[in-house]
Amino acid sequence: MRTFRMGGVHPADKKISKDAQIEKLPVPKMVYISMAQHLGAPAAPCVAVGDKVKVGQVIGTPTGFVSAPVHSSVSGTVKAIGMVNDLAKRPVNTITIEVEGDEWMEDIDRTPDIVREIKLDKKDIVERIKACGVVGLGGATFPTNVKLSPPPTAKPTCVIINGAECEPYLTSDYRVMMEMPEQVLIGGTILMKALGVGKCYVGIEENKPEAIKKLSALAPKYPGVEIVPLKKKYPQGGEKQLIDAVIRKRVPSMGLPVDTGAVVQNVGTAFAVYEAVQKNKPLFEGVMTVTGDCSKAQRNFLHRVGTPLSYIMEYCGGIPEDAAKIISGGPMMGKAVSNIDAPTLKGTSSILYMTEAQTKRKPESNCIRCGKCVGACPMGLEPYLLNKLGRAGMMDELEQHHVYDCIECGCCSFTCPAYIPLLDTIRQSKAAVMKIMKSRPKK
Amino acid sequence: MNTIIFTVATLAILGLLLAIVLYIVAQKFKVEEDPRIDIVESLMPGANCGGCGKAGCRAFAESAVKEGLDNLFCPVGGNAVMQKVAEALGQKVEAKEPQVAVLRCNGNCEKRKKTTRYEGVASCATVASLYAGETDCAFGCLGYGDCVAACKFDAIRINEKTGLPEVDEEKCTACGACTRACPKLLLELRNKGPKGRRVFVACRNKDKGAVARKACLSACIGCGKCAKVCPFEAITVENNLAYIDFTKCRMCRKCVAECPTGAIHEVNMPPRPAAVKPAAATPAAAAQAKPAPAAKPEEKKVEIPVQKSE
Amino acid sequence: MNTLIVSPSPHVHGKESTRKIMGDVIIALLPAVLVSIWFFGLSAIHLVCVSVLACVVFEYLIQKFLLKGRSTVGDLSAVVTGVLLALNLPVCSPWWLIVIGALVAIGIAKMTFGGLGQNLFNPALVARVVLLVSFPVLMTGTAFHAPESGYLFGNADFATTALDATSGATPLGFVKEQLAKGVAMQEIMATPGLSYTQLLFANMGGSAGEFSAIALLLGFIYLLCRRVIKPWISLSILVTVFVFAGILYLGNPDKYMDPVFHLLNGGLLLGAFFMATDYVTSPMTVKGQVIFGIGIAVITVLIRTFGAYPEGVSFAILIMNATVPLLNKFQPKRFAEEAQKK
Repeated sequence: MRTFRMGGVHPADKKISKDAQIEKLPVPKMVYISMAQHLGAPAAPCVAVGDKVKVGQVIGTPTGFVSAPVHSSVSGTVKAIGMVNDLAKRPVNTITIEVEGDEWMEDIDRTPDIVREIKLDKKDIVERIKACGVVGLGGATFPTNVKLSPPPTAKPTCVIINGAECEPYLTSDYRVMMEMPEQVLIGGTILMKALGVGKCYVGIEENKPEAIKKLSALAPKYPGVEIVPLKKKYPQGGEKQLIDAVIRKRVPSMGLPVDTGAVVQNVGTAFAVYEAVQKNKPLFEGVMTVTGDCSKAQRNFLHRVGTPLSYIMEYCGGIPEDAAKIISGGPMMGKAVSNIDAPTLKGTSSILYMTEAQTKRKPESNCIRCGKCVGACPMGLEPYLLNKLGRAGMMDELEQHHVYDCIECGCCSFTCPAYIPLLDTIRQSKAAVMKIMKSRPKK
Repeated sequence: MNTIIFTVATLAILGLLLAIVLYIVAQKFKVEEDPRIDIVESLMPGANCGGCGKAGCRAFAESAVKEGLDNLFCPVGGNAVMQKVAEALGQKVEAKEPQVAVLRCNGNCEKRKKTTRYEGVASCATVASLYAGETDCAFGCLGYGDCVAACKFDAIRINEKTGLPEVDEEKCTACGACTRACPKLLLELRNKGPKGRRVFVACRNKDKGAVARKACLSACIGCGKCAKVCPFEAITVENNLAYIDFTKCRMCRKCVAECPTGAIHEVNMPPRPAAVKPAAATPAAAAQAKPAPAAKPEEKKVEIPVQKSE
Repeated sequence: MNTLIVSPSPHVHGKESTRKIMGDVIIALLPAVLVSIWFFGLSAIHLVCVSVLACVVFEYLIQKFLLKGRSTVGDLSAVVTGVLLALNLPVCSPWWLIVIGALVAIGIAKMTFGGLGQNLFNPALVARVVLLVSFPVLMTGTAFHAPESGYLFGNADFATTALDATSGATPLGFVKEQLAKGVAMQEIMATPGLSYTQLLFANMGGSAGEFSAIALLLGFIYLLCRRVIKPWISLSILVTVFVFAGILYLGNPDKYMDPVFHLLNGGLLLGAFFMATDYVTSPMTVKGQVIFGIGIAVITVLIRTFGAYPEGVSFAILIMNATVPLLNKFQPKRFAEEAQKK
């Protein structure tokens, strides 16, 4: 079985919520739709306070090449446009909509039928994906249409659908594969057509045998689609690692994944692409997991974008007594929530509760130079050294030691026996070095 | 005996040969440099703090010789050093008002409760890149001491009680390293003022009054009372935040009394007379501050960028 | 509800900890300790106990009163140093020798540099070498012999050999002595007590830890299984010693010891398995580790064959320890490197 060939760690699996079917989360009374739900320039609101909006209506228009439109996830009246704090308590331009009924745009196909025939041509597919505001749902929320329009120098050869879901606890991708397997494969076929390539791999980790089975049974119906079971290892779902695992090619330093010929899209994105292209449904819903060892419920939801996290928490019986940390995303790369009233975004994949015992950091002790971080780094860096250089502020040396290659997966901090928060320092150093590198005149 | 002579002779000859080689190399690879650079460098404090915006004292000396002293100021050495450098170069510099770093946050542990617990590397930059901070105020001091680490003169310490950094006026050279280190831009270089007397708004919260007040009891809520009461038009309120222009302020302290949250601080002021007579207090303070206006015009030029960068 | 904790990712930590690693090393050293207790009884227990106790006490005191930091005794590294030091000393070392050794190991070799992880040289080896140079008679030679009263509760009789009776030196020392007298190698090897089986299971001469190759090997395999260490350093030492000594042996079997004898003697296994693989004083990358191992092996054989001392492992490891900062300049192969070459 395949896997990426360098570093990696094995955090405990903990897919507790994997058998919970996706439920439709009731629509709250008020939604807060952020204009910055994607990587790149935030969208600009194109409605005014007091306007009536329908489900799927564009309420924010993209403001740059790397940007995406934002659609209303509910029908109702725009109550306010202004700053609302996100989950890190940072103000973000947000449209507040008071929900009235559930009236959808007429051109959205709401029938449950699976549409298999792809009518649109290459150009129209990309246009439709762009218009529907589809972004990568694997974490980075990079606008999908930009990924599907590679620079002319790059020659895409295949699509890789990321079903690795290597983060512990998370099960939203798994549920999508289990409940919408055909849609995912059609989504993959659409992506192939959009890029003009003939091969689509679906990489799934071995800890999801049912998903592998289900998709493998359906795959023969879709020419060019191949299911690739992968050995369980974190960070398999990292773009660079997945490409290495599936097609044995490595993305160069500071390069784009498409330099290897592969375009990686998440399972959730493939599903969103299917819905956008075949059903004309913009991306305003997402599948997310509510889980955690101390969580009162283990559930998977289809949520409307803009639903406050606190609403979902209440719906699941409230925040558990012993929860000390709430994470949006997985425990390895997710963000800690400091504002529980923050709304969900397109890329929100989970609410994960952790107890103090699970997450409390132990006091850091001396580095014993065991080299475990070096062995765990999937990018072949020397985290112990980067940490030291970072603390000393030695920017030139950091650059010489390729700090910019770091993918911030957290393997080094995870594995360090001395509990040194390696990634905390390295992340800062990386940002500083990248800033210096960008400020340099280009040759 | 022969052995000793032989040894000494060998070493002597070897030393001579090497000296010749060194001399030739030194001559051949000699770098022609303006001798004035060395002279200026010798006049510098040698702290290499970068407070002047150059890489170090040597770099300062180089640009002083090459480009003149117009845009240069050594905050560590102050006017005395600048005067000496100007003499050495045969130029003239105008004296500059001494400055000091001032913390524009007074949300101590009591007034500004922590609503989350941060865990991780003790660095303000890391906290700032992660989220708004442990308290609900997104503008306030994070308290992890990046300014302390940046200060090369040991002039900043975190006060354990308040959780806020304190600047030691005696040690502060106004090099500005802390103003660059603070991710929340809370430290500002302000004129030291006559007898070290200063009045300033110790807050940078731009939230609306109610939000700011909820996060911190001593936040500036942008009510504008201070601006109304100021006889010198030194106070502006923008984005729910008051700012005192220290070039206009004559330290009448009316605003301090007026501020409902206590966000305006006064430093090194004499105790107020028991019965406050504003009319009497103002001329006295204004009289004390009289030397300041003289230095105003060029002051403004320097300070404007600081304000804009906020 | 608690006040929420906010921290940068990752939010979970693996099961590794310094204490766990040190615990594993102690477990791995147990077979060797038990074997020496089996043979030497109270003497061995005395040695190990005094050594561990002294190391822990010194670490505690220095941390508390000189460095004034949080106590680091809990990470068990001082215990590991104590056990390793014990295994590097003759069984019948007097208590004061052991305490001096502990003081050198913890006080000079470790805490002076700033404690765990900061030291350049392996603490136990520094102690051994300091003692070896300062007290050569106690550290080699006759001190290996049983006290008049015999070993209390020990089974040393099993291992008492003609070699022990005649020379009173370690096997390597004995061989070197005989070679100097002009005796041919084949004749020396015929001496009872130098047979491979004896060396493998119960090598009488030498330090406590050199006693049984099998026990050391057991510990090494345990460390490998627990993934505490990687085998590269040990393997490169053993292979290089075998090859290098083999070449010498093939060149002149009369003068040089055969490679297997080299491997089984003079603490080479103890050094290769436990001393050279010390995290702190060995290189980080595989490339560096292999060079490190080769260096140790070559220096060891050179010292043993041409040097004044009959044994050279300790010196070899310490010398190579000094090169570790340099060897750490070898960077691991990066992920992106392969792509860039094209």
